[in-house]
Amino acid sequence: MNADMPLSAQLINLFASVILLLAFAMLAQRRVLTLINLFALQGLTLCLSTLVVAFTTGQAHLYWSAALTLLLKALLLPWILHQLVRKLNVKSEIEALINIPATMLVGIVLVMVAFNVALPISELSQTITRGTLGIALAVVLLAFLMMITRQKAITQVVGFLSMENGLFLAATSATYGMPMVVELGIALDVLIGAIILGVFFFQIREQFDSLDIRHLEKLKER
Amino acid sequence: MSISGLFWQIFAIVMALALAPLLTGWVNQCRAWLQNRSAPPLLQPYYMLHKLFHKDVVLAHGASTLFRSVPVAVFGCMLLACAIIPTLSTDLPFAPAADTIALVGVFSLARIFISLAAMDVGTSFGALGGRREMLVGFLAEPALLMVIFTTAMISQSTSVVTIVETLAHRDFVIYPSLAFAGIAFTFVSFAENARVPIDNPATHLELTMIHEAMILEYSGRHLALIEWAASLKLYAYSCLGLALFFPWGIAEGNSIGGLLLAIPVLLAKLTVGGGLLAVIETINAKVRIFRAPEFLGTAFLLAVLGLLVRLMLETRV
Repeated sequence: MNADMPLSAQLINLFASVILLLAFAMLAQRRVLTLINLFALQGLTLCLSTLVVAFTTGQAHLYWSAALTLLLKALLLPWILHQLVRKLNVKSEIEALINIPATMLVGIVLVMVAFNVALPISELSQTITRGTLGIALAVVLLAFLMMITRQKAITQVVGFLSMENGLFLAATSATYGMPMVVELGIALDVLIGAIILGVFFFQIREQFDSLDIRHLEKLKER
Repeated sequence: MSISGLFWQIFAIVMALALAPLLTGWVNQCRAWLQNRSAPPLLQPYYMLHKLFHKDVVLAHGASTLFRSVPVAVFGCMLLACAIIPTLSTDLPFAPAADTIALVGVFSLARIFISLAAMDVGTSFGALGGRREMLVGFLAEPALLMVIFTTAMISQSTSVVTIVETLAHRDFVIYPSLAFAGIAFTFVSFAENARVPIDNPATHLELTMIHEAMILEYSGRHLALIEWAASLKLYAYSCLGLALFFPWGIAEGNSIGGLLLAIPVLLAKLTVGGGLLAVIETINAKVRIFRAPEFLGTAFLLAVLGLLVRLMLETRV
């Protein structure tokens, strides 16, 4: 039993589980706007979990990364995505390549794989957050799955950003976060990536009158 | 088994019988408020039961003995379920009769009976309702079992009483797996109680109904028993959910003080729970019947995820 686990570790586990739950909810979600809101919620949970780790371990730079997460992933990026959705006018339901229940079954298998892979690694680790490594890996894999099974460009970007959430969680759980420089670099990369992809959306839509990335397969040099 | 234990057991059963229609009435009232309709009185289900018990029974020509005995059987199943779920105290003399797995079995026994009765008369609506009920049932049952396995793994027992004692009376521990199990349980109980995302309890629209389609042929005291059993089922599911996920306040043993405290706590929890149920029902739309497998599949997967999280996060220190 885990009755002798400190409260902070329990809280971290709880937040990690909520992040996994949100990753699954995103996988099952059909509407673009709800998907973006779920992503914002995931960013917020990630921020809370980082705050708890920072408070427990006394690592000052984790406070900064928590603030960065809140600003970027819970507020700025969802706002940009909302703007994009409004401008592109894509509020319809998302078509998935595989139907949703099958996707979720694949998702469960991925979670099992991730947990099994992470188990020996986290046994070696001494950090307070070691249990969440498997969850972080699972979130990364689920985001991959979402990018693979969805056809619309916006959902793929949300999948990409959610994968970054998973990586961030993995970094926090394995080594109490990356060095500040790396973190800032990644945050900037993600932000710029989202903006560039936003520009791409407009180009794709002007070219094909649709955001369905299947059209990209037909590109040929003239 | 002690005399006082027996007394409180019987008290819990009587309370379930008396409170179940009140819970249904409360949910209906909240729904009406939220939908800007004028609400029916809180005691409306009692008036309905009173009226139906005084009406004559009209039986279809082809009705067999099964058709007439099913209301009693279903009512009995629900009463047994209410008897073994701890509502006030964990000292229940009847509780060893069935653990949580048997409890799921009791619910499915009632479902089989009511589906058989629906097909017995031979109307097309009955058969349609019965088939849909079995579809929903066979998808909901594994999800419910997985939820129960998650709680059983935490307390290392499948007995409801032991589960509640583990969760309520030991040191407070956050179990992330219970969050998954709780959401899955909510999904399942909406489907099982013929609530909005799957079925609409207020409708008599032919093409959408499940539960109402099955009981179309019933009248008089038979219908009264079935309606009462449906209320008891809602009560049983609410109490099971409260016992598994919010067990604080349920008395340990038979101290009078604890039990007297447990009654208002239970009432408060049911009031809040009923209000939440009405809110969720109002903000959701009923899904097509072909989306029901997706809804319940999600519930099943969440419950499995709960088990996995339990294995990953909570079993090692």
